[in-house]
Amino acid sequence: MNISNRKVGAVLVIGGGIGGVQASLDLADSGFKVYLLEKTPSIGGVMAQLDKTFPTNDCSMCILAPKLVSAGRHPNIELITYAELVGIQGGPGDFSVQILKRSPFVDWEKCNGCGVCWEKCPIMVDSDFECGLGKRKAIYVPFPQAVPNKAVIDKEHCTYFVKGGKCRVCQILCPAKAVDFNIPDKQIDIKVGSIIIGTGLKTFDPHLKSIFGYGKYANVIKSIELERILNASGPFQGHLVRPSDRKEPHRVAFIQCVGSRDVKAGNNYCSSVCCVYAIKEAILMKEHNRSLDCTIFYMDMRTFGKGFESYYKRAKEKYGIKFKRAMIGEILELAENRNLLLKYEDEDGNLKREKFDLVVLSVGLKPDENVKNLAEILNLDLSEFGFIKSIHFSPVETIRPGIFVCGTASAPKDIPETVTEASASAQKAIELIKEERHKLTRKIEYPGEVDFSGQQPRIGVFVCHCGINIAGTVKVMEVVEYAKTLPNVVYAENNLYSCSDDSQQHIKEMIEKHKLNRVVVAACTPRTHEPLFQETIREKGLNKFLLEFTNIRDQCSWVHSHQPDLATEKAKDLVRMACARANHLEPLPTITIPVTQSGLVIGGGISGMNAALGLANQGYKVYLVEEKEELGGNARHINRTIDGRNVKEYLQSLIKNVQTHPNIKVYKNSKLESVSGYIGNFRTRIKIQGEETKKNELVEIEHGVIIVATGAQEYKPTEYLYGKDSRIITQRELEEKIFSHPTMESFNDKTIVMIQCVGSRDNERKYCSRICCSQAIKNALLIKQKDPDAEVFIFYKDIRTYGINEIFYQKARDTGVIFVRYDDDAKPEIFGRNGALFIKTKEPILNEEIELPVDFVVLSTGLIPDKSNREIAQLLKVPLNEDGFFLEAHMKLRPVDFATDGIFICGMAHSPKTIDESIAQAQAASARAGIILSKDTIEVLPIVAEVDTEKCIGCGICEKLCAYQAHELKKTEKGYRSEVISAYCKGCGSCAASCPQMAINMKHFTNEQIMAMVEAI
Amino acid sequence: MSDYKPKIIVFCCNWCSYAGADLAGVSRLQMNPNFRIIRTMCSGRIEPEFILTAFKKGVDGILLTGCHPGDCHYISGNYKALRRYNALKLLLKEMGIDDRRLKLEWISAGEGARFQEVINNFIKTITELGPIV
Repeated sequence: MNISNRKVGAVLVIGGGIGGVQASLDLADSGFKVYLLEKTPSIGGVMAQLDKTFPTNDCSMCILAPKLVSAGRHPNIELITYAELVGIQGGPGDFSVQILKRSPFVDWEKCNGCGVCWEKCPIMVDSDFECGLGKRKAIYVPFPQAVPNKAVIDKEHCTYFVKGGKCRVCQILCPAKAVDFNIPDKQIDIKVGSIIIGTGLKTFDPHLKSIFGYGKYANVIKSIELERILNASGPFQGHLVRPSDRKEPHRVAFIQCVGSRDVKAGNNYCSSVCCVYAIKEAILMKEHNRSLDCTIFYMDMRTFGKGFESYYKRAKEKYGIKFKRAMIGEILELAENRNLLLKYEDEDGNLKREKFDLVVLSVGLKPDENVKNLAEILNLDLSEFGFIKSIHFSPVETIRPGIFVCGTASAPKDIPETVTEASASAQKAIELIKEERHKLTRKIEYPGEVDFSGQQPRIGVFVCHCGINIAGTVKVMEVVEYAKTLPNVVYAENNLYSCSDDSQQHIKEMIEKHKLNRVVVAACTPRTHEPLFQETIREKGLNKFLLEFTNIRDQCSWVHSHQPDLATEKAKDLVRMACARANHLEPLPTITIPVTQSGLVIGGGISGMNAALGLANQGYKVYLVEEKEELGGNARHINRTIDGRNVKEYLQSLIKNVQTHPNIKVYKNSKLESVSGYIGNFRTRIKIQGEETKKNELVEIEHGVIIVATGAQEYKPTEYLYGKDSRIITQRELEEKIFSHPTMESFNDKTIVMIQCVGSRDNERKYCSRICCSQAIKNALLIKQKDPDAEVFIFYKDIRTYGINEIFYQKARDTGVIFVRYDDDAKPEIFGRNGALFIKTKEPILNEEIELPVDFVVLSTGLIPDKSNREIAQLLKVPLNEDGFFLEAHMKLRPVDFATDGIFICGMAHSPKTIDESIAQAQAASARAGIILSKDTIEVLPIVAEVDTEKCIGCGICEKLCAYQAHELKKTEKGYRSEVISAYCKGCGSCAASCPQMAINMKHFTNEQIMAMVEAI
Repeated sequence: MSDYKPKIIVFCCNWCSYAGADLAGVSRLQMNPNFRIIRTMCSGRIEPEFILTAFKKGVDGILLTGCHPGDCHYISGNYKALRRYNALKLLLKEMGIDDRRLKLEWISAGEGARFQEVINNFIKTITELGPIV
């Protein structure tokens, strides 16, 4: 153990998937040195293999590639790929770790990923990245967008190694002379303060379920293989064909829960993501071929996440995907055509047979095999299923101090949950070494900006295929050829993915080669991708405002996918308009503003308190505003978690930590009165209601960031006679009954009926409330434990005990809790007769209505958005989604950010979630907010108004009009003239549009620029 | 007239309606392709000059879109757009241009389906009106 207090301002992140990459970016942006360790040659992980992501069907590579590029080029992230951890000494704050870097037999200092070697290499090998459906060479990069884009020699297959010194084609042809068969493995020793594990997942091996015939029948594939098949850069170039004969399938079956919820396979848990990814894959298949017949065979449809239920609905109603609740008996292959015969038992117990020509197995998630080895080296605890265990109420902390975990290494999760935990683990890693911030990092140094003033524009146009997202509809080559004919365009080309690392490098080369001084990118949406390209051109000395970005995907190919000719014509028009504007683009100098290093957290529940503690533990002042007179929020009504942890005790210690923390100022009984300012410089007035006087007091605070944690409310039902009979209660009321009356009447010999989805998944509230199934099972188990002779019935639509909670569903069934399914058109009815309560329901096996006397009816009520959401959304100018929850900047990769800089979100304000999920999200929000507070100054957009004092007559309209007091009339020798205070100006341009003298122009949205577009239409 | 493809400009603000248009894309909501989007930071940026010039150049219809009342990222830019829009409608009538060729709609970042509906309806109106000259 270390005895000194020395700490190291660096973090080791193990695993280069989306989790590891996000954690690395957050840490590095916050002022810490990061070593990102990845066992394969490239970062990217499983997300790089996915075709699209649910529920938005965003192209996975398109949203991932910019992150990979950012990590790869970050001055404070050192990628150590093709390497693994072999040893560790020291303790939290000061670890020494040893890493073994395998030899790629290519000198990566010299290799520039040009591809000559793998073009010429004669040896074909099954590609892991393509799940064995495609080939790679013995010298290769794992996938075209790999970061780093460096070649590796596969020693197992390379002729040089297999046949002792033969071949050497790659070595002879490599233009960079980078191939070197004598490079040895090497050990790297580094020192870090904290360690984050983000080793990700592997999919369940379906060979282990022999009834499905995977490996034996060519047309039985697993879901990850389908991702590759559907992908434009995949083994079949995005053509939906089946492996046996490369013909289009007509009838496809998905089989859910392969290797999940399966005691025999040793995976009792639910893998959480398979239902939604199957829906996604089915939708994508239908988009490839609308006449395809697609059936998903499932046990429970678990679309519990934000936006998933409506995705499910869309799949059924809009795409006509069939959903069948069934148990698959076996699959047989038909010799004549290699089609497949599915034998299954439907919900009514009938044995059925159906033929399909492709079967997709929705395989579950398991921890990466590396985890076992890592756990041994790092001395960590693993759960019975092999996931890394975390400590109570801190989902990203392992039992070993200083070592944190995120993503699927600790349980099955989807991408946004992984990204959330990645930021949360960065938060915890930072707390440990906060004193060492900025000690080991260096600043990004850009080359000086080239002065192009007075020069004729030289425009380069880059048109993205986005796989098939654009190129599947728009004729990209036609657009490129057209662009070449436009005035001042000196170069135009197409890219498979303009955002990938290799394309970014290439764009830089073309800027130099063709002396470009304006760049036009025609691709996806500037809202997500403009910053990446701006940075790229900046690296070549172009001011970032010399970029013009036009959207030919989201607003063209995706919405006109059945009209390729018109879409192509539109893309050309858009490129023409973009080039017209590019001619008028001007470089803008950066504006830096100071940052007030404190934060405002709105809401004092578990999320708000954890967010406040996160910022406070990073060393920043926090103001925590709670509307009620007590901290604690919804958790005040919860006693135990489903796995028996004591919530009351946790909450008490959390409240104490918050109230005694020197950096946190708590305002109870308080509301926001007004919010003004912008990132780094907010000014908020808080209205405090005096406890005794009932008089309001106003305080004004200044802060650099805002975290919204307003939570959600329990739905108060109007259904099932609630409120008309004291024996009809909600789950929350039941839990309070169970815990607050130790001597209360026994439930023994009583009949308790629970009804799920009350106020969720209905016409009024279409979303799933996520936690009610687990809540019902928790309470059912508590009753059975206390009074084993109680009869508990749970009426449900789908049981959604996702993840590890599945084992409690199983336990409830084993304990004798009876689960009865109901459909929307046959909901159970509750009625009273002669003072007794009854439930009327359809008995599924007898298929007739029955009446059952009951003692208690417990309604599993959903969660609804907090009533304050609308008001807060308007105060902060942030959006709500159609269900009334706050809408984050990006559903997959920016789960805790708002689109507005400096404002963040966590907890149930975002959507219903568990305590642990809320804690992780709160910690993530504080990590993200902390990035801003870690800087003394930040750059703001120089998109500000500018006054031409020659034209200005000092009328003062702009001063009155400006919502930010950015215009000020100043007396000059010619009389009054307006002056713009750039730091206040937010760039709306209202003043420019209103000036009667046309004396005001908006930088980057000048009259000339907009008029050029209008005229080019 | 079945081949008539009107020229339509849709001005979108960066925060609400442009994001709504993106959401329509993400949701693959199919719509008539005869429109071209110009993005500004705020609907309050749109100058009468842009609109009058566009009509002069033969654009058949112009759709202004912005955040819903109360939602404007810049507090009140959309109200300024609304005031200007009302004045412009009067001016267009004076100039003998059918004022249905200019329309203002509020579309939030969460309203992909509304974006689709607004676009399709507007293009339908303009198609019925026919070419401006």
